[in-house]
Amino acid sequence: MSSNGFRHGVHPPERKELTASLPVRRMPFPKEVVLPLRQHAGKPAVPIVARGDRVERGDKVAASDGYMSVPMHASAAGIVTGIDWCPHPDGSMVEAVHIAVERHSAQLPRPRMVPEWESLVGEEVARAVQEAGVVGLGGAAFPAHVKLAPPKDTKIETLILNGAECEPYLTSDHRVMVEYPERVHFGARIMMKALGVEHAVIGVESNKPDAVEALRATIPADLDITVRSLTVKYPQGAEKMLIHAVTGREVPSGKLPVHVGAIVQNVGTIAAIAEVFETGLPLIERIVTVTGRGVVRPSNLIVPVGTRLRDVLDFCGGLNADAAEIVFGGPMMGAVQADLDTPLTKGTTGVVVLTHEETASRETLPCIKCGRCVESCPVFLMPQHLGALAQLGRYEEMQQWNLADCMLCGSCSYVCPSGIPLSQMFALSKAALRRQKPKVA
Amino acid sequence: MSSMLILSSVAILGGIGLTFGVIIAVAQRRLRVWEDPRIDGVTELLPGANCGACGYAGCRAFAEATVEGVVTPAQCTVMGPDMREDVAAYLGVDAGAAVKRVARLLCAGGHDVAPFKASYIGINSCAAAVTVGGGGKGCTWGCTGLGDCAVACTFDAIEMGPTGLPVVDVDKCTACNDCVVACPLDLFTILPLDSHLIVQCRSLLSGDAATNVCSVACNACGRCVQDAAEGLISMRSGLAVIDYDRIQLEHQRATSRCPTGAIAWIEGAQFEVLTAGGVT
Repeated sequence: MSSNGFRHGVHPPERKELTASLPVRRMPFPKEVVLPLRQHAGKPAVPIVARGDRVERGDKVAASDGYMSVPMHASAAGIVTGIDWCPHPDGSMVEAVHIAVERHSAQLPRPRMVPEWESLVGEEVARAVQEAGVVGLGGAAFPAHVKLAPPKDTKIETLILNGAECEPYLTSDHRVMVEYPERVHFGARIMMKALGVEHAVIGVESNKPDAVEALRATIPADLDITVRSLTVKYPQGAEKMLIHAVTGREVPSGKLPVHVGAIVQNVGTIAAIAEVFETGLPLIERIVTVTGRGVVRPSNLIVPVGTRLRDVLDFCGGLNADAAEIVFGGPMMGAVQADLDTPLTKGTTGVVVLTHEETASRETLPCIKCGRCVESCPVFLMPQHLGALAQLGRYEEMQQWNLADCMLCGSCSYVCPSGIPLSQMFALSKAALRRQKPKVA
Repeated sequence: MSSMLILSSVAILGGIGLTFGVIIAVAQRRLRVWEDPRIDGVTELLPGANCGACGYAGCRAFAEATVEGVVTPAQCTVMGPDMREDVAAYLGVDAGAAVKRVARLLCAGGHDVAPFKASYIGINSCAAAVTVGGGGKGCTWGCTGLGDCAVACTFDAIEMGPTGLPVVDVDKCTACNDCVVACPLDLFTILPLDSHLIVQCRSLLSGDAATNVCSVACNACGRCVQDAAEGLISMRSGLAVIDYDRIQLEHQRATSRCPTGAIAWIEGAQFEVLTAGGVT
């Protein structure tokens, strides 16, 4: 039926040993939290607080703007100091709710209602999840409720929980599975009921045997959940690769996972959904792996959303002398940070501090047509050809060569012996196609 | 035998040739589209840059419009006055009046006044740099200085200056819009050469937050709004914005109390003024 893997892909060094065995610790509250209004894919949230307002931990500070949007909640009690600009992890500036955290607060959330999941039907579950501001915690920050309410005419057969965590260095999902396996199963239970799915599969790369074991040992007797140990290969955690590994089906170009009867949700997200129905608390904190050879004390931390990068690094002992580059997310697909004041958002899976040795830039040499990029591309594109077109600025032509299928996983750049930054060129081409301004005088 | 074969081949091929020749000859007369020969003439006289600054698809399309009398030769911004007169004389029309327009940069933050907070290493292009951590400049609205505009400029009118800002040669600039399209941060705008007032900043930060990352940024103090004629300048989300529909009201007074020099009075080239003032 399936191969536990997918075709092509690459094998970057895993480097997960730095944090894989470290239990999750809670980070103390920073002096200030900064909550960007745009932390999720879709429309930014709309602030509902003003300067001077006092908020308790868990209070809503911004409302969702439509269906493809989620509200935002205070991750710490304090006084709203304003809605002002702050650096966004993507490198731009974004408006954010700034909260000066109350120093001696017990940080107790207000008494609240815990939604009774058993009495809710599918759409109500989705609404409760949206109201709690839950987004995909695997990096893309796609609103989680959208996946709980698939189009009516589709038939979902399998719920796939993504515990692959194929990016080097990151261990936040790994720790969730090891430390909170019951929560993962509870989340799966809620999601299976909401979707009307009988069967769920948790896909975990085989380099995390303790996670597989912990999950297997705790499967509730009344749920049909399988834990699958998958091939260790990058990008195993990409939605379409994972579906192939688990079901043997290929999601056609330009189609969504529902077209092959699958819905994929990250295990961290599932645990966050479970938490909403366990405690009634919205998504105000997340597990972040702070790691890399450039940081003094690598850790797995529970970080309040909106904590500035500077505070997180300080808590982890600061930077080593040879630290060179800070990346949010993994080193393959993560976003490079240029500002220590950038807050960690709901989509920040990890903070990786790379050293000079790891980031040494290489001279870009001409393409020698070796075809290694073609052999590495998990979605079967022709990166060398796309790269040539990108260099000529022939972006429309790149669309005919299925640029849209490229998920910027970086496998081609990783294997290129000539050091051609293919993935960056494709990101650039996609951006150019998006902005294409009409030429008017 | 063989002579028969040769003769018949010649006859058949000759016949086919003759038939098609007649068809073509008839078609050429009956289906002919008359085109004003002056269009070719004007096209010859135009610069042939096909830059599109006139708003037409290319020089020939502009030539057609000129011959029809829809536009005046002066609307080609690339031609100098002499060429313009040549075209006008050829067509026997008035050359028309043209307002010389040039590209202006909405940023004065060279690396001497707007420091970088991180160094970008990668594809040497502004468009690429801004996708990586915003390009590393302290001010994310500001010019990255990697020169996509200089590469895009058809007329070689843009050169990267000593502080990493593009310097536009106003004599060479034809306002063709290529740099406006090339800049990923939308820092170029096309303005008449004789309009002097310009806010050389796009940063939406205000107060110290703005000047901390760039000492010549607009800090939204609002003095220029008060000093300028009513309605000419307004403060919009942390940035002074000039209403160019009312630019005839402009006066150098608007720049007099600007604490950072973000609003400038430009005569001729944009950054020579700064050099004279000792800012560069």
